[in-house]
Amino acid sequence: METLRPILAEHPFFQNLEEHHLELIVGCASNVRFDAGDFVFRHGEQANQFYLIREGMVSLEMFVTGRGPVKVQTIGEGDILGWSWLVPPYRWMFDAHATELTRAVALDGKCLRNKSEQDHDLGYQLLKRFATVVQENLDAARLQILNIYEVSA
Amino acid sequence: MTGQFSEQQRILESGHLQKLIEALSNSGHRIIGPTVRDGAIVYGDLNSADDLPSGWTDEQDGGTYHLKKRNDKALFGFNQGPDSWKKFLFPPRTRLWQADLKGKTPEITNEPATEQKMAFIGVRSCDLHAIDVQDRVFIQPAIANPSYQVRRQGAFIVAVNCGQAGGTCFCTSMNTGPRASKGYDLALTEIIEGERHYFLVQVGTERGLEMIEKVPTRSAGATELEKAKAVVARAAGQMGRQMDTTGIKDLLYRNYRNPRWENVASRCLTCANCTMVCPTCFCSTVEDVTNLKGDHAERWQRWDSCFTMDLSYIHGGSVRTSTKARYRQWMTHKLATWIDQFGTSGCVGCGRCITWCPVAIDITEEVRAIRESEERIEETTEGHHGNT
Amino acid sequence: MTPVFYRVLRTRQETRDTFTLDLEPPAGTEVLRFSPGQFNMLYAFGVGEVPISVSGDPGRTRSLIHTIREVGAVTHAMRKLKRGDPLGVRGPFGNSWPVEEGFDRDVVIVAGGIGLAPLRPSLYSILTHREKYGRVVLLYGTRTPDDILFRKELESWRAHLDLSVHVTVDRAMASWRGSVGAVTSIIPRARFDSSSALVMICGPEAMMRFTVLELQNHGVGLDQIYVSTERNMKCAIGFCGHCQLGPTFVCKDGPIFRYDRIQPFFEIREI
Repeated sequence: METLRPILAEHPFFQNLEEHHLELIVGCASNVRFDAGDFVFRHGEQANQFYLIREGMVSLEMFVTGRGPVKVQTIGEGDILGWSWLVPPYRWMFDAHATELTRAVALDGKCLRNKSEQDHDLGYQLLKRFATVVQENLDAARLQILNIYEVSA
Repeated sequence: MTGQFSEQQRILESGHLQKLIEALSNSGHRIIGPTVRDGAIVYGDLNSADDLPSGWTDEQDGGTYHLKKRNDKALFGFNQGPDSWKKFLFPPRTRLWQADLKGKTPEITNEPATEQKMAFIGVRSCDLHAIDVQDRVFIQPAIANPSYQVRRQGAFIVAVNCGQAGGTCFCTSMNTGPRASKGYDLALTEIIEGERHYFLVQVGTERGLEMIEKVPTRSAGATELEKAKAVVARAAGQMGRQMDTTGIKDLLYRNYRNPRWENVASRCLTCANCTMVCPTCFCSTVEDVTNLKGDHAERWQRWDSCFTMDLSYIHGGSVRTSTKARYRQWMTHKLATWIDQFGTSGCVGCGRCITWCPVAIDITEEVRAIRESEERIEETTEGHHGNT
Repeated sequence: MTPVFYRVLRTRQETRDTFTLDLEPPAGTEVLRFSPGQFNMLYAFGVGEVPISVSGDPGRTRSLIHTIREVGAVTHAMRKLKRGDPLGVRGPFGNSWPVEEGFDRDVVIVAGGIGLAPLRPSLYSILTHREKYGRVVLLYGTRTPDDILFRKELESWRAHLDLSVHVTVDRAMASWRGSVGAVTSIIPRARFDSSSALVMICGPEAMMRFTVLELQNHGVGLDQIYVSTERNMKCAIGFCGHCQLGPTFVCKDGPIFRYDRIQPFFEIREI
């Protein structure tokens, strides 16, 4: 886990954390790797992790009967993937599919949830950061559903 | 233009106005002036001075117009009707060119310039300013509208100083009258006192001087000059409407989101009357038409209006779909953005838009309402400060 | 001004609703010269006339290139044109992209949908004198992978070592291996100096507005950003009143505006 500390500490998402909080988070981190075509998580599964993508690309998809898997967003290098671990009932809504070889740092969400219940400051720091992630994704999703490139009737 | 001719003031007996018309006609002008038709005084071709609305006046207010007989034989004793000189300088429908498909290549034939030059009899000061406003639109430094330019240069203008103002007039607010100060070849002030009926003639240009010298006149005396001034002063004191133009451009630029636009939109029918009667509105559109075989095409230009949905249509829909947006476009263009585009207001205070609006929307009242809404906000703010 | 009849040399269907016309001038005449961002009024004989930006290389004088989206009767008639058919051309009109302002600066081009067509000439100009500019970034967003305009060209641009190209779509099927997300989501992918870069944006108005906001969030000033606007045009020379956007005539004061100068009007609904 010592090798993961510099990776996390340098990432903008984990900046300005108190030392002991960073230690906690590093303690919940592990290296993971997905080959092209692997699922990172699937719709309906328990959401107990989130990921910092170090290289590669993951696409969020929903399988639509008659159309196949429709990609709604891609998450790439430097992005954070997954916030369902923060919100009960902790279940993934979408499929996450690695479109190419992807290396990531996986953070143990269940562990961080428990620690946040005890240390509210840690909880606040995590929620503050995830609020930004959610906002960016929500704004982008709304822009996408505007369907602005269509010529209206 | 008037400076060098200010000494040239003549008296023309009313009976001799016909001679002026004949002189203009003999020099190849098509004579156009006011005449009674269909219950209104409109501008049309005159065969003689007898076609002028002798003894007629009009009564106007918001959405109201009717003719009334005078108790004298004044030839110009009325105010503006539903049309203006733009009907002749910028005709409602003109063909721009024709094209024929010769084999695979279309060949374009331009329109020949064969129109007869015109003489306008009885141009009011507000309309003189309106013509100047349209000059700024169509004769621009970068690129000029050639057919407008030809018509404009050929037009001989006999202006008339108003002796009375109408119920919707506000030229004094817009500094466009009632006295004609520039832009005319000749300017007449009609004076009637008892049996005497004559015009004070002011010369404006060299060609105006040449023309009046073909007609019997005598020089004007001091009392006659005073009487002419009194005639104009009487008109200036009778304005039916008033508009405060202080900072009006910035006022409207600040108020694109004012709730007043919703208010006027609830009344406006987007009928476009105001744009048709307005002497400065210049929106036009182009129609491409063909014959049934598809080997002959023509491009026609015709008047358009910002009140139509079509005017702002781009693929997918119109930019201005709501009545509110279209009314706001018309009024903010007329009174504000026009100033940035052409260096003057687009409004000359003629009042036609008020008279001919079927629901009597009054542009002067709308400006007042917006100004007052700002004052109310200031008062409210001050009130709160007082309370805390 | 009357149209001059060019002839169709070549037509190419680019995407399901967009096509490119390659036009040659009348015999014995030269192709009109234009600056990037300018447009011509194109006349389909007997049908009508529409404003279309030039999408070709201003430095290339053999033919005139327009990329057109089929949205109505006139553009439908243009799509039916074949080699040898005539097409009326009036122009060029409007102002142009301030490409020279990009000298010694990073240049960011953001295109949405058909907006890539009016921007392509400025990219050609930049590539002709690549050494005059700093980093050059092209960000392109469109609806789906099938709607990507100039796909082969985008791929060849991406292969340039000194050009950064990012493409994203609003949604895609599994066969698409690239980014999916609003065009704003790829702005962070691009490396450029936000405090000094020259930015040129073209696309649907909503896309331009939210892209400007996102750029502002990244520290780009409104006086660094240029947008290309669109309005109904009939005369294209400032006489007919159709193309007004606040106090400006898009046909002659625009279509390209520096954003801080147009902002008060651009952000008012239905102006």
